[in-house]
Amino acid sequence: MTTNEHEHELAIAATGLRKAYGDKTVLDGIDIRVPAGTIFSLLGPNGAGKTTAVNILSTLISADGGEARIAGHDLTAEAQQVRAAIGVTGQFSAVDGLITGEENMLLMADLHHLSKQRGRQVTAELLERFDLTEAAKKPASTYSGGMKRRLDIAMTLVGSPRIIFLDEPTTGLDPRSRHTMWQIIRELVSGGTTVFLTTQYLEEADQLADRIAVLNGGRLVAEGTAEELKRLVPGGHVRLRFTDPVAYEQAATALRETTRDDEALTLQIPSGGSQRELRAILDWLDAAGIEAEEMSVHTPDLDDVFFALTGNPVTATDKTDKTGKETVR
Amino acid sequence: MSTASYALRDNLTMLRRNLLHARRYPSLTLNLLLTPVILLLLFVYVFGNVMSAGITGGHADRSEYVAYLVPGILFLTAAMTSLGTAVAVATDMTEGIMARFRTMAISRASVLIGHVIGSVIQTMMALVLVLGIGLAIGFRPDASPVEWLAAAGLMALVSLALTWLAVGIGLISPNAEGASNIGTPLVMLPFLSSAFVPVDAMPGWFRWFAEYQPFSPFIETLRGLLLGSGIGTKNAVLALAWGLGLTVLGYLWSKARFNREPRQ
Repeated sequence: MTTNEHEHELAIAATGLRKAYGDKTVLDGIDIRVPAGTIFSLLGPNGAGKTTAVNILSTLISADGGEARIAGHDLTAEAQQVRAAIGVTGQFSAVDGLITGEENMLLMADLHHLSKQRGRQVTAELLERFDLTEAAKKPASTYSGGMKRRLDIAMTLVGSPRIIFLDEPTTGLDPRSRHTMWQIIRELVSGGTTVFLTTQYLEEADQLADRIAVLNGGRLVAEGTAEELKRLVPGGHVRLRFTDPVAYEQAATALRETTRDDEALTLQIPSGGSQRELRAILDWLDAAGIEAEEMSVHTPDLDDVFFALTGNPVTATDKTDKTGKETVR
Repeated sequence: MSTASYALRDNLTMLRRNLLHARRYPSLTLNLLLTPVILLLLFVYVFGNVMSAGITGGHADRSEYVAYLVPGILFLTAAMTSLGTAVAVATDMTEGIMARFRTMAISRASVLIGHVIGSVIQTMMALVLVLGIGLAIGFRPDASPVEWLAAAGLMALVSLALTWLAVGIGLISPNAEGASNIGTPLVMLPFLSSAFVPVDAMPGWFRWFAEYQPFSPFIETLRGLLLGSGIGTKNAVLALAWGLGLTVLGYLWSKARFNREPRQ
């Protein structure tokens, strides 16, 4: 096997991955490069193809086209070596509900061919680390969502994988469990592990990932650090909220470059938030005799990038279409 | 360790998992055992005299019918427990842990082999139990140790064949209900065999099917081994051919289905 210097640094290197089911294209040629020891986040709405990408990269399904090397091994020719290097925590908890948490862990230890003693030791350590010692003797089916997810990750860690795939690890978790999970993921990487994470939560990608790729409709529409992505959307916006429908209507017709939200009676005006711009808006409102209930300034966040990129794929900087906002969360 | 010894260890690990499931949730297997046991008691104690009179062509003697019936009930038991295997495999395939197994560097076949060996062990235990009930209600085999051994071998082979078929059924079923439905014809076959009445007593057009379908040769061979009645080369050969053939067929089918890419 030839592994050159360049490939060695990349935990995941994929080019042109394609997958279609019938005539429905799920992945339309995506390239992914993840340096070892970093967190990479694949961000996208439901149905974007995130799970398909994880399934392909973790050898669960095969791609129709493209190639990939995981930990230096070819995905198709050396699938078994790839499997030895990775750990996968899928979207649906990959635990055996019929047996206890401890038995699940020992099952993993056996399948990683650890000695009995080592298996017990690793099991005890991981159960302790993931706060599952107390529930260790209970059937996994009785665990809460957060506990199942923790057990799932603990099982993934039994073989000390160098690369971990986490498919929407916090979907369906309450805020506290979500923060616990984030802490767990950060600890993984501090130990040198590479993490490939999919999420539909922008905040999660922002919090955790070194690099983020935005997947939409089977294509990568943007890639970079959180900061780089935010820079794709110049300026923020000013939001005006009204309680009086008449005032709202007046303002909406008079201000041309706005985005309307008729239900919430709010208007969004593209603005960098500078003093001069704000004063202009205030002056204009005063002159027109319109009173807004509330005025707030929004600097661009990943939400803006996300909707600019996925909600309105025509132009990345066009911020007029933000109506799809709530449907994605 | 070599690849082969790793594979062996994976098989044992999966077998342990399977037996652990069976031990924790024995109700499925026990429920399936109820049918053959009830049928055994019903046909011996309620219909016994009539059945026996019909078969021997005269005097009614339910103890003679016990001897006739038990071998058939044993294979019905094997068929019923294999239905449990189909359900267990179908359920297992819907579990998230299956995706984990598929992405681990383990012997892939071990997932199925664990099910198969576990199921054959459970079936053999069920057969011993049902045979015990048979003995308790007056079944008196006169087999020599060699014949007993051959009978055990035959039952193990049939269990293996039915289990591999059941694994295939479990793999093509979307869920437990589906497996139970698709597996029903397998469980019906013993009823259409010489288990309850001799094939000679069946209508002509049906007799051919009843005579050559797998269960009649299985049952006739077991009767011959346990009761000293004639087996006949035809039945022995058919029983072995069906047993080996279904095992190979079920194995290849299951393997192909399992290696097929999971749909999302």
